[in-house]
Amino acid sequence: MYGLGIWRGLRVTLKHFVNTYIEDVKWGFRRHIPAEAFPARQGLDARGVFTVEYPDEKLAVPERFRFIPFLVVENYDHPERPGHDWCTSCGICAKVCPPQCIWIVRGEDPETGRPVPEPEEFYIDIDICMNCGLCAEFCPFDAIKMDHDYELASYDRTTAHIFDKARLSKEFRYWQAIAPTRAAEEAEARGGWEHKDVLKAKAKAAKASE
Amino acid sequence: MTDQVPAAENLSPTDEALSVLQNQFPNAVRRDDRDGYSGIVVDPARLVEVATYARDSLGYDYLSSATAVDYLGKGDHLEMVYHAYRTTGGAALVIKAQTDREAATLPSLTPVWPGANFQEREAYDLMGIRFEGHPNLKRILLWEGFHGHPLRKDWKEPYYEQEQKPFDSRWPNGRVVRSEEHNPYGKNVQYPDDFDLDGYTSPAEAAVYEEMNLGVDIRSDLATERMVVSLGPQHPSTHGVFRMVAQINGETIQQLEPVMGYLHRNHEQIGERNTFLQNMPFTDRLDYFCSLSNNLGYAIAVEQLMSLGARYQPPTYRAEVLRVLMAELTRIVNHMVAIGFLLNDLGAFFTPMMYAMIERELILDFFEAVTGSRMMCNYMRFGGTAMDLPERIRGEANLVNDRVRDFNTMEFLRELILERLPRAVDQINEYLTTSEIVTNRCIGVGVLPRADAIALSTAGPVLRASGVAYDVRRAEPYSIYPELEFDVVVRDHGDIYDRYLVRIEEMIESLKILRQILPKLEETQGQPFFAGRGGIYSPRVPAGESYGRVENPKGELGFYIVSDGGQNPWRYHVRAPSFINLTALERMSKGYKIADAVGILGSIDIVLGEVDR
Ligand code: SF4
Ligand code: SF4
Repeated sequence: MYGLGIWRGLRVTLKHFVNTYIEDVKWGFRRHIPAEAFPARQGLDARGVFTVEYPDEKLAVPERFRFIPFLVVENYDHPERPGHDWCTSCGICAKVCPPQCIWIVRGEDPETGRPVPEPEEFYIDIDICMNCGLCAEFCPFDAIKMDHDYELASYDRTTAHIFDKARLSKEFRYWQAIAPTRAAEEAEARGGWEHKDVLKAKAKAAKASE
Repeated sequence: MTDQVPAAENLSPTDEALSVLQNQFPNAVRRDDRDGYSGIVVDPARLVEVATYARDSLGYDYLSSATAVDYLGKGDHLEMVYHAYRTTGGAALVIKAQTDREAATLPSLTPVWPGANFQEREAYDLMGIRFEGHPNLKRILLWEGFHGHPLRKDWKEPYYEQEQKPFDSRWPNGRVVRSEEHNPYGKNVQYPDDFDLDGYTSPAEAAVYEEMNLGVDIRSDLATERMVVSLGPQHPSTHGVFRMVAQINGETIQQLEPVMGYLHRNHEQIGERNTFLQNMPFTDRLDYFCSLSNNLGYAIAVEQLMSLGARYQPPTYRAEVLRVLMAELTRIVNHMVAIGFLLNDLGAFFTPMMYAMIERELILDFFEAVTGSRMMCNYMRFGGTAMDLPERIRGEANLVNDRVRDFNTMEFLRELILERLPRAVDQINEYLTTSEIVTNRCIGVGVLPRADAIALSTAGPVLRASGVAYDVRRAEPYSIYPELEFDVVVRDHGDIYDRYLVRIEEMIESLKILRQILPKLEETQGQPFFAGRGGIYSPRVPAGESYGRVENPKGELGFYIVSDGGQNPWRYHVRAPSFINLTALERMSKGYKIADAVGILGSIDIVLGEVDR
């Protein structure tokens, strides 16, 4: 019968329309989705309207989410080396970075001129960064990590979009907070929560005192 | 295909072809005996004959890819490489023809394989090879006044810094400079000597209209008008920046020319500056709906090359399972979006699109939790994948107003594959398939006959809707597809409706594959997802060439890679299915109404990131 297909189609639209209200009734007609309803209304059981009202509600991004990298530094209240860079300026991230947006000045001892394991300067041009995550993947010291803060809009790209070391550095505890599982896995691989070099020095000291 | 030579068992296509061709064309055909290379090198003077013979007598009726390589400093010639296949399946016959760099000329193979049309224009545009006998030899991606041929090895882009990455200026003394400060715009842009930018009008533009008889031509005998209509480049129906120039008579399309290149960024040259690994995230940006299967195609191509060397470890079984899981979910994402946009084009503005988007969002949630990104996944590595599945799909609240969701990954996946997606496909079916508006606008419109579909090198749903059962997953299987059970979807009419139906049925087949993948995922839980030692950012890729291809949702995606044994590919070419499928656009649109052109374009399912590269 002519028109049957259209009727069948319209029924689908109607179902979506009605479902939205059923869901609303079920969760008590609140303007924003209450926190406990979020997994249901934004998951596989979602039936009605499927949008969230950004910025009043946001979907928390998963642990592995990749946005502009940041540099891990020791917690600012760390007993021995507060704020110390985890980065050793080995340069691997600058080499793997596909659009070549990482710039590093290797640290040097002013007296001897020998390289020291802390970068003097570290820049990322975030206009160019493609958020690929390769730097974080290949850093041997777990010193560069992908961030979760995607709200970076600014008014002027020529001045605001080259992030320097100060802007890039974040405490280790921040990494633990945004990616607890990953941080724990990495700590296990390193053999402790400390930086690789610290652990090595500790092991060496322990051996010497034996 | 009358006197077809039976395919000899266990003989590589090269050996098989050589045994015949060397008798037929003595002195004109020889084996390509460079290390790591395969195929035959043909004397340009006999190229057309050899190609015709290969097509008619050897059965290589389908030209997959045609591209050029610049061997500057390695013999100093340009080489055209053709990958021809049989639509009955099997490996490629690789045909090569060499020409001098200075006066690069080769005979055009467009008369033999019409699918070479756009690809030869691309080679002319980017490599500067003239093709004699080509029906419409002009630039395709760049504008007509462009100076030079950017894929040649001696061409330098604006902001050129160094031949190959990684750049020395980044470390250990990397004091940041913006590239535009370092090299102000204009300084490195070359124009032809007699060029005047202000007074410039594009000859190509004029030619498009001239060929079509610009202007209104009122014919006294008929009460219709002939005129040229330009659709796009900024138009919602063109799926991006893409333009169609159509000559219509009354409302009927008489001629149609796609105009593209607005999004061209010389992807292939960027790829040649990059190291092998650095290309991986760039492949995401080709067909940005299908980044995971793009990744897979590239990984396969490079793994093929790596397998020539010693100490190569193929991807682990777990990795293959993960790869197929991702590739098939990607197919569903793509077809959902393709159908949604097709309906948009037909006038059902955004309601079906939104329903398709909901399911896509859920799959993307999964991608995001696994790979770290919804669209730019960058997930495959040479020898496996970057990461395993996480235990839970969960976010940590970090920003103000963040709302947390928390699912068990395997449960999420199971419910997604076994319940949610099948229901969604059913819903689309119920919603659209029998709708009279859809059937009226789609059935019998934009017909592409079987023979033309093959000749024009179309691929994917477009090819299969025209009655050709050609699917790379079956024709030349890769990964673990041989052990999976699924059917190749074929339809016979070659119209918009069949292309739509093929997509629906392919989603159903993909779900079938995914149901077989689920138990495999559980069996292989905890097994290594990467072969060999991780953490190697510059794998050794031996010298040679490889052509890795996968059945992408939009059609056959191929990567032709030449390595000289260094850290960077010498040549990196992408056989983009959307680009080559457009070769058939004119054939499909001729004789239909101008209003149908939009639907026909929608049914090809193009994405401009891949067309323009
Ligand atoms: S790879 Fe890691 S340690 Fe090396 S320079 Fe980069 S951030 Fe620093
Ligand atoms: S995320 Fe990718 S593009 Fe961005 S800095 Fe790291 S390696 Fe470079």
